[in-house]
Amino acid sequence: MTSADTVNVVPADGPDLVRVLAADGTFAPTPAAEPYLDLIEALTEADLETFYRDMAVVRAFDRQATNLQRQGHLALWPPSLGQEAAQVGSARALRPQDHVFPSYREHVVCRIRGVDLIDIIRVMRGVSHGGWDPTDPANGNTHIYTLVLGSQTLHATGYAMGLAFDGRSGTGDPDRDEAVIVYYGDGASSQGDVHEAMVFANSFRTPEVFFLQNNQWAISVPVRTQSPAPLHRRAAGYGMPSVQVDGNDVIASYAVTRRALEEARGGAGPRAIEAMTYRMGAHTTSDDPTKYRTDDEESAWARRDPVARMEAYLRSRGASDAFFADVDAEAAAYAEDIRVRTVALGGIEADGMFAHVYSEPHPLMEQERAWLAEYEASFGEEQA
Amino acid sequence: MSELTSMPMGKALTAGLRAAMERDDHVVLMGEDIGPLGGVFRITEGLQAEFGPRRVIDTPLAESGIVGTAIGLAMAGFRPVCEIQFDGFVYPAFDQITSQLAKLTSRTEGALRMPVVIRIPYGGHIGAIEHHQESPEAYFTHTPGLRVVSPSTPNDAYWMIQDAIASDDPVIFFEPKSRYWPKGEVDFSDRALPLHASRIVRRGTDVTLVGHGAMVATLLQAAALAEAEGVSAEVVDLRSLSPVDYGPILDSVRRTGRMVYAQEAPGFTSLGSEIAATVMEQAFYALEAPVLRVSGFDVPFPPANLEGVYLPDPDRILEAVDRALAY
Repeated sequence: MTSADTVNVVPADGPDLVRVLAADGTFAPTPAAEPYLDLIEALTEADLETFYRDMAVVRAFDRQATNLQRQGHLALWPPSLGQEAAQVGSARALRPQDHVFPSYREHVVCRIRGVDLIDIIRVMRGVSHGGWDPTDPANGNTHIYTLVLGSQTLHATGYAMGLAFDGRSGTGDPDRDEAVIVYYGDGASSQGDVHEAMVFANSFRTPEVFFLQNNQWAISVPVRTQSPAPLHRRAAGYGMPSVQVDGNDVIASYAVTRRALEEARGGAGPRAIEAMTYRMGAHTTSDDPTKYRTDDEESAWARRDPVARMEAYLRSRGASDAFFADVDAEAAAYAEDIRVRTVALGGIEADGMFAHVYSEPHPLMEQERAWLAEYEASFGEEQA
Repeated sequence: MSELTSMPMGKALTAGLRAAMERDDHVVLMGEDIGPLGGVFRITEGLQAEFGPRRVIDTPLAESGIVGTAIGLAMAGFRPVCEIQFDGFVYPAFDQITSQLAKLTSRTEGALRMPVVIRIPYGGHIGAIEHHQESPEAYFTHTPGLRVVSPSTPNDAYWMIQDAIASDDPVIFFEPKSRYWPKGEVDFSDRALPLHASRIVRRGTDVTLVGHGAMVATLLQAAALAEAEGVSAEVVDLRSLSPVDYGPILDSVRRTGRMVYAQEAPGFTSLGSEIAATVMEQAFYALEAPVLRVSGFDVPFPPANLEGVYLPDPDRILEAVDRALAY
């Protein structure tokens, strides 16, 4: 039993909540899910298995990365444990031509878009500030992580303005029209940049989906400190349709994002989604959740585990033990591969910090770069 | 033979923006009240009528939003030119400028270029109310990844705004608002200097006076007064605040042996501090006196009634010249 003043964050379902899979994995659409059933019926068995495989593999990756940090191989790790369904569902709803602006915890979104996750590891190991090239087609139009919360929502909105200005969206051809999805969290929702992004997005009717993962905690501060009202309702104030979805239900997360993206790419203006999920792990490996949340709360959310939920649903549809064994083997191999490659990562050359500060020549940069090279070389000469 | 046209800096900027927009249809202007009104200083006057609302964008009233969305537009292949209405209104965009815009090229190892120009009318001399007279250039020169410039003449304004827009790096473009109205000759046919060059604007032999923006006019006044007293002052217009072109400055100081830097900004950890330190490192044996600085005081910009006391004027510059000559 918890006392009345204990901070427990297990929100009751609101009437707006879109969910198709109950916590135990039974197919039980809420009334708000009715408009999405056509999208869900169109999913094949292979689609559903892909959703599960994505979630299971990233969970193994995430656990491996957490272990690597604990063993001193990474400076920091922000775990995605518990948020797999919101991320996989939304990422699988994207079309190849779409653009992704993540925050810093969307590991599986990056993987689905084609980013090699060793690039995220490189950032957390202290050998890169960006990780990957967002302009390389292999990375699926995925922008780099942002640690200043909410700032990426403005970049996404500007990018989406550009798509609209250039006629790359809203032509009515869904195979060609481009859209933008931007990820942020319940903590970031309080940032002024998110507000300004929504103002600009609605003024310029951008082809954009604001995807809020409400994982209930901004490090140690519960979501009720960010807002006493459901966060998705803020969208109405900007004149923007929104939906609240069970973010631990990968199928529902897929369906609402698919619909929002199609509307946005068609020229209907931006859309907002609040995915109700839970950060089952720490905020980062520097955090200690036992200082601010209860075992009761964590247990309540463990019963809503997104991966277990999807496994139960797939089993109810007849998925075999062999399928799950195959996924487990892939996940283990992927995690092992990440470990091997992480440990093998080398250092970086000091010269590199000067290389791309500017695109065009800059005398001070060149002067300091030359000085450092000469200074470092001078030690070699002494030894010789 | 080049043809010169006399016009105020404000009109030269309008012409420069127009030329850049005609050259590249992905140059877009963004800012508050820059459409039908033409901006509070009318720098974009007529441009929305000419290029349409997609090229000259009246934005919502949010500076972080203006710069943040400009970053996204740059990622999508545009060359945004943002207008910040007044110097004191740039701070809401500080994160987007210093943590985002300045670092994205470096963070992506050169994959993303950030051709974004941020125009900021700055400085005093116009009797304005609070937050409308500041000189915040040192905040931005202290940020690696940004280029910072400030023209002092209509001709420089015309060419430098085009060069800033053509740069693949972010450029903070400080416009000395008190110089918007005085006329000067503009040569539309010939760019005199590259964007990041400093320039000797008056020859002299006894002391080198260095400054940027509106202060260049004050330095020239001081030099004229000094001449009447038998002191020959050379004047250098910095033009580019980051990077600094030290060539003409050092060349001048090696001839005169004395230097005074004048600036409207507070002096502590200012641009003048940095330049003074570098000149003393690189021209130590040529100096007959320490490099002196004449700055705004280290107080918030005072009410306009005290502007004349706060801002360096020819007399305060000459007082520093006298001190330099007394060594």
